[in-house]
Amino acid sequence: MSDPYFIAVSAITIASAIIALEFRELIYGAIALAITLLGVAMFFVLLDATFVAMFQITVYVGAVVVLIIFTIMLVRREAWLKLDEGGRRRVMGAVIALAVIGLLGALLAGSSIARWQASEDVPTLIQIGEEMLTYYSPAFIALALTLAASVIGALVLAKVERDKGEEDEESSSEVGVEERREAGMEEVERKKEGEGEEGR
Amino acid sequence: MAEILDYTIVSIILLAIGIYGLTVKRNFIRMLFAVEIIVNAANLNLVAFSRLMPSPNATGQSFALFSIAIAAAEVAVGLALIIVAYRIYRNIDIKGLKRLSG
Repeated sequence: MSDPYFIAVSAITIASAIIALEFRELIYGAIALAITLLGVAMFFVLLDATFVAMFQITVYVGAVVVLIIFTIMLVRREAWLKLDEGGRRRVMGAVIALAVIGLLGALLAGSSIARWQASEDVPTLIQIGEEMLTYYSPAFIALALTLAASVIGALVLAKVERDKGEEDEESSSEVGVEERREAGMEEVERKKEGEGEEGR
Repeated sequence: MAEILDYTIVSIILLAIGIYGLTVKRNFIRMLFAVEIIVNAANLNLVAFSRLMPSPNATGQSFALFSIAIAAAEVAVGLALIIVAYRIYRNIDIKGLKRLSG
């Protein structure tokens, strides 16, 4: 526990994880989540896994958090700030979290990993590349297919609803002015959503 | 150099924070944050064990790379679901989504 870098990074990571979940404004929560993910990337650097750290920063901070921030901007409403979480819910959540810490901590303290001696060997990038493209190549291909399937699935989820919305709008062309105005507002929102999807 | 026990303790704390978020929060996007934190706790464990085992090898790091890629796909689908649910219910309170169960 003597490494000051380790203590600083773990303080940043844990504090920003709590802020990400508890800060009232969702955008600041997303930025705190980005800091948590950067903290985990710093842990990877401390563990001599620089490639995984770069991957983490590129994928999480570069893509995932930006995507989350776009979605928040797309669907933000003041009403969310009033979502009642309830004192009892909060207490139950804290009890479960502390129970997890206590049980797993006791399990680890009783195990033999505390006596492990870290060796000086560092897994190299060459080793990772060889493993991923030889022994784990089926998993690598399956991963590529999973990613493609999830991207197509996300696009389909977003597209089908839009078509349905256009039909609704056509059928509502005979109704009153107020409803038509609502449909117009919906169209504006839909355009915004379309822009968000292009950003993706 | 920190010991393996320190890394596992940090990972457990992150896991507990994620579980707290999943239990308490009713906002769909916050729950996605909690899932991300849990996935990162798992990745931290994988990389820590990969480096600090008595005989280090690269398998843990390869697994962490797979895990990060899968988590990215999961976020893409989750956010698409949020947008669809928001279009239908005009809200992202998960209580509204109970009607999905039919």
